[in-house]
Amino acid sequence: MFHIHCPYCGEHREEEEFHAKGQAHLQRPADPEACSDEEWGDYLFFRDNPRGIHHELWVHAVGCRKFFNITRNTVTYEILETYRIGEQPSFTAEYPDGRRPQDATREAQAPLKAGVHA
Amino acid sequence: MQRYSGFALVKHALSHHENWERQWRNPEPKKAYDVIIVGGGGHGLATAYYLAKEFGVRNIAVIEKGWLGGGNTARNTTIVRSNYLWDEAAALYEHSMKLWEGLSQDLNYNVMFSQRGVLNLGHTLQDMRDIQRRVNANRLNGIDGEVLDAKGVQARVPIMDCSKNARYPVLGASWQPRAGVARHDAVAWGFARGADAHGVDILQQTEVTGFKVRDGRVYGVHTNRGDIEAKTVGCVAAGNSGVLAKMAGFKLPLESHPLQALVSEPLKPVLDTVVMSNHVHGYISQTDKGDLVIGAGIDGYNGYGQRGSYPTVEHTLQAIVEMFPIFSRVRMNRQWGGIVDTCPDACPIISKTPVKGLYFNCGWGTGGFKATPGSGQVFAASLARGEMHPIAAPFSIDRFQSGALIDEHGAAGVAH
Repeated sequence: MFHIHCPYCGEHREEEEFHAKGQAHLQRPADPEACSDEEWGDYLFFRDNPRGIHHELWVHAVGCRKFFNITRNTVTYEILETYRIGEQPSFTAEYPDGRRPQDATREAQAPLKAGVHA
Repeated sequence: MQRYSGFALVKHALSHHENWERQWRNPEPKKAYDVIIVGGGGHGLATAYYLAKEFGVRNIAVIEKGWLGGGNTARNTTIVRSNYLWDEAAALYEHSMKLWEGLSQDLNYNVMFSQRGVLNLGHTLQDMRDIQRRVNANRLNGIDGEVLDAKGVQARVPIMDCSKNARYPVLGASWQPRAGVARHDAVAWGFARGADAHGVDILQQTEVTGFKVRDGRVYGVHTNRGDIEAKTVGCVAAGNSGVLAKMAGFKLPLESHPLQALVSEPLKPVLDTVVMSNHVHGYISQTDKGDLVIGAGIDGYNGYGQRGSYPTVEHTLQAIVEMFPIFSRVRMNRQWGGIVDTCPDACPIISKTPVKGLYFNCGWGTGGFKATPGSGQVFAASLARGEMHPIAAPFSIDRFQSGALIDEHGAAGVAH
């Protein structure tokens, strides 16, 4: 049983109050009509399925009913963090121990590649 | 291969059964093979068996990172049926059903295939309409099926609560008499023994760590026991397919979820068929040993830890007790989870890939066991000819871009 911290309610609640909604940070193509079949298929069906750190969209279904994101390890099932929609994760495949302030400076010089999506 | 027979049993009794030969060898990997199968579960071993037996490929290796049938082959609820709605899926599962019917003889190995029938219950008017539609579709495809009303269900399963007082009253069911169960370990072992007898090298505790690709063509694999070369590689790795695809440089439309099952303490014979309910969400059968085998849905989130969550166990048992109040005090012996690779349309992927010579057979999700022989045979035909077998062709990975999905969600009576 997961104990999940809802970033909106500010409380830990049991897994049964929540629903998993799949991969987080998916962006709907701005102009679907302009997509090729490959791009649209990718958006609809193709997901990251990592062994390890994964960012997921969850909903606090029988609580505040708000959507938020969880960073979770898919092998150990450890929940590393929960964060609101619009925020960025600090635990990523690139920074499994969390991002530190000096990493942010480094990223500012070189744009971030893997692990984090828009 | 030493054949199993009544005569052999008597003969070996004279030497206290101490001289049976090993069922398969444990060879050292060769430098190169004609075909490599990655994954030594039921589907992978069946593929190797049919490749060697029916398509004359002699030089085959099956690479397995753990031990044979240690994954989902030994972690399912052993139900075999073919009552799928759509023509493409029905053709695939019925092909498999026909192979099941002669499998023990073909393998000279008792897979304990027991055609005790499967009931898919309906609890609402819409369930019953869907059941009628599916049974009609099945019959048009030459698959046996009947629609039963509540009385018919009660007559087949007297211990089930079919009264009107149930919270979700049973209104009827679809009934496939040829469906049933099989002994899952024996399926892996039988295929392994048969494949080994045809010269297939089964390499256990050998993990693929990468693919050797040159000019868009595969020519071998890296493993923890050295590189092995082959021009044709078939991956049948269930929950770990996505990890393999990533090594080869492409994505699959799969998500890996834990699916769990439970086995109870052994009881006297009480349930002589398989009962599945989509609506209250659970399925149950009784083994020859007397254990109740119980399963239900996947956990909602992605996971690779081979265990399931407590809320899912609780929901599963609620559903079972709802249907069978008589089981409310049965104690559970074991519970386990397998990692299933679920596809967006609940149908498998049997396909070529962007890498030439590399084929994938995956995405079976929650229902791969029933298809073991059929999947193996059509995949073997595809690997041998370099062209997808007509039954396998609709299950191409391209369907997630063309839109030609085979939507078996719910339609198949799949309780997920």
